[in-house]
Amino acid sequence: MKELNELNLPEDLKYSDDHEWARVDGDIVTIGIDDYAQDQLGEVVFVEVPEVGDTFSKGDQFGTVESVKAVSEIYTPVSGEVVEANEALADAPELINNSPYKDGWIVKIKADDLSELDNLKDKASYFQMLKG
Amino acid sequence: MRYLPHTDQDIKEMLAKTGYNSLDDLFPTIPKSYRVKKEMCLPKPLTEWELNAHMAELSSKNASTSSHKVFIGAGSYPHHIPSIIPYLISRSEFMTAYTPYQPEISQGTLQGIYEFQTMITELLGTEVATASHYDCGTALSEALMIALRKKKKQNKVAISSLVHPHHRQIVKTYLEPAGYQMVELPSKPDGTTDLSPLDTMDDIAAVAVQSPNFFGCIENLGKVKEIATKKNIFFITSFTEALAYGLLKNPGHFGVDIVAGEGQSFGIAQSFGGPGLGIMTSSKQYVRDLPGRLVGRTKDRRGEDGFVLTLSTREQHIKREKASSNICSNNGLNAMTAAMYMATLGKVGIRKIAQINHDKAMFLKTKLEETGFKVPFATPFFNEFVVKAPDGFEAKRESVKKRGIVAGLAIEKYYPTLKNHYLFCATEVFSKDDIEMLARELK
Amino acid sequence: MEEHIANTCRGGVQKCHNTHQTATSGLIFKESFLWGKSREGRCAVSIPAQDVEESLLDPELTADAPELPQLSEMDVVRHYTRLSQWNFGVDSGMYPLGSCTMKYNPKTNEVQAARPGFSGAHPLLDEDLCQGALEMIYNLEQYLAEITGMEAVTLQPAAGAHGELAGMLAIHAYHAKTGHQRSKIIIPDTAHGTNPASATLCGYESINIHSGEDGILTPEAVAAVMDEETAGIMITNPNTLGLFEESIKEIADIVHAKGGLVYGDGANMNAIMGIVKPGDLGIDVIHLNLHKTFSTPHGGGGPGSGPIAVVKALEPFLPVPRVEKKDDRYTLVYDKPDSMGRMLTFHGHFSILVRAYSYILTMGAKGLTDVSKLAVLNANYIKESLRGDLHLPYDRPCMHECVFTDKFQADNGVSTLDMAKRIMDYGFHPPTVYFPLVVHGAIMIEPTETESKETIDQFIGAFKSIVQEAKENPEILKSAPHLAKLSRLDEVSAARKPVLRG
Repeated sequence: MKELNELNLPEDLKYSDDHEWARVDGDIVTIGIDDYAQDQLGEVVFVEVPEVGDTFSKGDQFGTVESVKAVSEIYTPVSGEVVEANEALADAPELINNSPYKDGWIVKIKADDLSELDNLKDKASYFQMLKG
Repeated sequence: MRYLPHTDQDIKEMLAKTGYNSLDDLFPTIPKSYRVKKEMCLPKPLTEWELNAHMAELSSKNASTSSHKVFIGAGSYPHHIPSIIPYLISRSEFMTAYTPYQPEISQGTLQGIYEFQTMITELLGTEVATASHYDCGTALSEALMIALRKKKKQNKVAISSLVHPHHRQIVKTYLEPAGYQMVELPSKPDGTTDLSPLDTMDDIAAVAVQSPNFFGCIENLGKVKEIATKKNIFFITSFTEALAYGLLKNPGHFGVDIVAGEGQSFGIAQSFGGPGLGIMTSSKQYVRDLPGRLVGRTKDRRGEDGFVLTLSTREQHIKREKASSNICSNNGLNAMTAAMYMATLGKVGIRKIAQINHDKAMFLKTKLEETGFKVPFATPFFNEFVVKAPDGFEAKRESVKKRGIVAGLAIEKYYPTLKNHYLFCATEVFSKDDIEMLARELK
Repeated sequence: MEEHIANTCRGGVQKCHNTHQTATSGLIFKESFLWGKSREGRCAVSIPAQDVEESLLDPELTADAPELPQLSEMDVVRHYTRLSQWNFGVDSGMYPLGSCTMKYNPKTNEVQAARPGFSGAHPLLDEDLCQGALEMIYNLEQYLAEITGMEAVTLQPAAGAHGELAGMLAIHAYHAKTGHQRSKIIIPDTAHGTNPASATLCGYESINIHSGEDGILTPEAVAAVMDEETAGIMITNPNTLGLFEESIKEIADIVHAKGGLVYGDGANMNAIMGIVKPGDLGIDVIHLNLHKTFSTPHGGGGPGSGPIAVVKALEPFLPVPRVEKKDDRYTLVYDKPDSMGRMLTFHGHFSILVRAYSYILTMGAKGLTDVSKLAVLNANYIKESLRGDLHLPYDRPCMHECVFTDKFQADNGVSTLDMAKRIMDYGFHPPTVYFPLVVHGAIMIEPTETESKETIDQFIGAFKSIVQEAKENPEILKSAPHLAKLSRLDEVSAARKPVLRG
C-alpha cells in the first residue's frame, strides 16, 4: 500500500470524507474515487454504476466498487440527475486503479445546487484529514 | 471411544502444558452456576454392531423402492442410480472436504462443480448456473426475491397454483416477513396455468410457472414469455423432474430469465426427501444477483489452468446485511453427484432414459384407463399425470399396500375440489410387469 | 529423505523442516474436462429394457438431446478418481479450520444412511409406511432438545444459515403474534458472518455493537441499544473468537426485560455439550450445525443440516409438519396455525439426520461430554504451544478454537495468507484466515477432538518451522504452496472476466 506522501491528489479537485473526488464543469459534476480509496481497495474487479436519468440526493449511495474481497459503497456529494455513467468500467474496472481521475471517472451528475459541494475538502485539508 | 484418540497419558501431558489439573477445570470462563449439574439424559452408547441392529430394524419400518412399488413422484422420483455414482461420490476426498476456499488443494471439488455448472446450463439452455442451492423450493423463493429486488417498485409476484404446493408454502414463508406478497394464478380445465389474471395485474415483479407442473402437465412456456415481455416482468420457471429436459424443449429455448429446479432425479437417493439438489440458473445479465457460490476458471502463478470460487463479494460474509441471500453451505456434494449422473448418461443415455420414462407413464395411463380411471387433463405430460379414481378406490388402495404397492398420491389435500383425484408416476424403474400387476390388483 | 523431498519440490528452494512435514508430492494426474474426453456414441449407463411401446410426444414440445459428454463407464470412473486426488479432506489430514469444525466423519454413519429403508423412502409415503423415518426424526428431536436444554426442535432447516433464518422467522412470528412487530436486531461484531444477512431476510435492521476489549460482550453495550423496537439479539456463544460469553445470562435478562428474544448461534455447540445447556442461559432459540458438532461430512460445501431448538414459547411458530407421537404411532401434524410455514420441500436433510442420529447413539451422554472437553483441551494445548511464536490478540482461556495473528511476522513482510499457504506444504489444511473480522490478520485454529496429540504436535512443529522460515527466508512463504497441484490462483482475473462454464 502507498505511503501518504506517495498519493496522487490533484489540486484542482474537491474531496469527500468518503474518499470520492468531484470535478465541476458548469453545472455538471464528475465523480470518482480517489487514489487513496483505490489503493486501499486493491485491484478493482467490478464497478456498479447507476443508469442515466437516475436521480440522487446528496449523501445517497449511487454505486459500488468491488475488489476480490471487499465491497465499497460510493456516495454522491451532490444532488442531481445522472447524465452520463462511465460504460468503459464494465469491461475494464482496472481503470479505477490505473487512472482514478481520468479514464476511471464513474459518473457525471447534473447538479441541482452546486453549493452542496462547498463542504468538500480541498487537497490540503483532505490530506490533513488522511494524516489524522 | 474409538473416535477419541487421547490416552490417559496424552491428557496428562496436555493438561500440564495448559496449566489445568483436570478436564473439568478447562472451562474457567464459564461461571459455575451455568454448568450442568447432571449428565445429559440420552440412550446408553451403542457399539457399532448394536447400532447396525437398531438401524436395520428402524429402516425396515419404511416402505422403500426395494420393498415396495411406489407409483408416486410429486417432487421425489424413483430412478435407477448407476453403481459407479455412490462408489465415486463416497471418495472421502470429495465427501470430507470443506468448501473450496483454498483452491490450491481443492481443485477436485472446483473442477467438478465447474463441470456441473456447464452441464446444467447445457441441459436448461441458460448461461450461468450456481454451484447449487438446498432444493427447488428454496431456490424458487430466492429467484423470486431477485426479481423483487431488481424491480424495486413492485412488491408482489404471481405464481402458478400448479407450482408444487410445498414450494409455494416455502415461497410464502420467505416472502411475507420481508414485506412481499405472492398472488396465485388459477388453473385451467386442461391442467395448465390460467395466465389471464396477469392482464390486470400492474404491480408484479415476476411470474413463476412450473413445467412439467404439479399435475405433470407441460406448460406453454412460450405464452408465459410473451406475457412477461409485454409486462416487462421477470419470467421464472421451475421444475421438479430434471430428467424431463432430456426430452422437452428447455426453459432457455423460451427465453426464461431465471430457472429454479430440483436435481434429485440425477443420481441422488430419495432419502425421505432430502437432501435434494436446488438448481439455480439464469441468463448472464443476472450473474451478480444470483445467491450462492460460483466457480470460475482462471490461471495460477505458473500459468496452469485452475478454478476458484469467484464473485464472492455477492455473498453474506462480505456484504453482510446487504447480501442478497444468507446461503452459505449449499448442496455441493449432490451437485457433484448430479454431474456424475449427467456424465454417465451422456447425450445418448439421457435421451433414451427420458423417452422410456414417458413410455412407461403412457403405458400406466392406458392401463389405469382400462381399469376405470379417468384422465381429467388432456395436456401432454412427461412421467406423471392426474387421474380421477373410480368409486371404491380408496379401500383398494389400502389393500394393495399390503402387497407392496403404493398406488398414487391423493391430491385433494392440496386441491380441495379434486376429490378422488390421484397423481401417478411411472419411471424407468418400473417394468411392464410391475405396471400390469398394479392394474390387475386395482381391478 | 530430506534431500529427496527437496528435489521433488518445484524450484528447489521449498525444502520443509522434514520432521514436521507430513506431505510429499505424489504422482498427480492431469485430467481434461469431461467433454474433452467425449466421443460420439459412447454411453456409460445401462439402458433399461424397452418393454413397452414407444410413445412419442408432439415434436412441438421436444428438442434435440442436450449435448452432454459421451463417455464409457471407465472414463467416468477415472475422471472422478483423478479429480478426487486433487482434493484435501479430513480423511487426508488435519483440517484445523476455525469455526468450521472439521472433525472425523465416522464411516458407520454412511452405512446407516445408505440402508435401503432410509435411502429409498419416498417423502410423501402414507404415514403407516414410513414409521421408521418418523420415529428417527422424533427421537433425534428429543435428543437435540436434551443436549441444548430446549423444549422443542425442528429438523427442517437445510444448513446453518437456513437454521438461522428459521430462528429469525420464529422470532418474527412471535412478535407478530404477541405484541407488535419490531424493526431492529442487535448483532455483536463477534457473531457469525451469516447473521446480518439472515436478519435482513426478516426485514430487521442490524444494529451492530462492539465486544469489549477482552473480546467479550458487555451487558452495558447491549443495554445501551436494547429498546422496545428491537426484536432481540443474535449472539454466538462461544463467540467467533473462541471465547465463552460470560455475561450471557445478564444480557438475556436485559433483552427479555424489553420484550426481546435471544437468538443463539449454535455453530460452536461442539465446545459445550454436557458442560452447559443454552436453554439454561436465557437463550430462546438456537440453531445447530449437524455437519459441525454432530460429525456429518461437509461434502465440499454441503449438504449440511441446521435444526433449531426453541423454548416453549416459540414452539407454536416452528415449521410444519411437526412429528408427534400418539400411542406408539408417529404422525405428521400440519395444523399449527401460528407456524412460520415451511422451510424446505420435505422433511429436512433426512440422510444427514440419520448420520447425526447414529453419531449421538454411538457417543452417548458421556461420550459427547468428552468430545467437548477434548476439543477444548486440544485448542488450549495449541494456544499454549504456539504462544510466543504467533501473536495472541486475546490472551485468555479459549474454548474449542484459538485465534492468533500475523503481527510478529509483519516486519518480515510475511502475512497470514503466506503462512496459511505454506502450511499446505507441510501436509496440513490451513486454518481459517482473516476471520473473525474484528482481528486484523486473524489465524483461527480449531483442531477438533478427533486429532491425536501426535498429529497436533506435528502441526505445532510445522507452524514453528514456518515462523522460523518467515525470519530466515520469507520468500519461501510468499511463493507457497510449492507441493500443491497448483500455485496461488489469480482471483482478480477470475472476478474481472468471469468464465463460469466450459
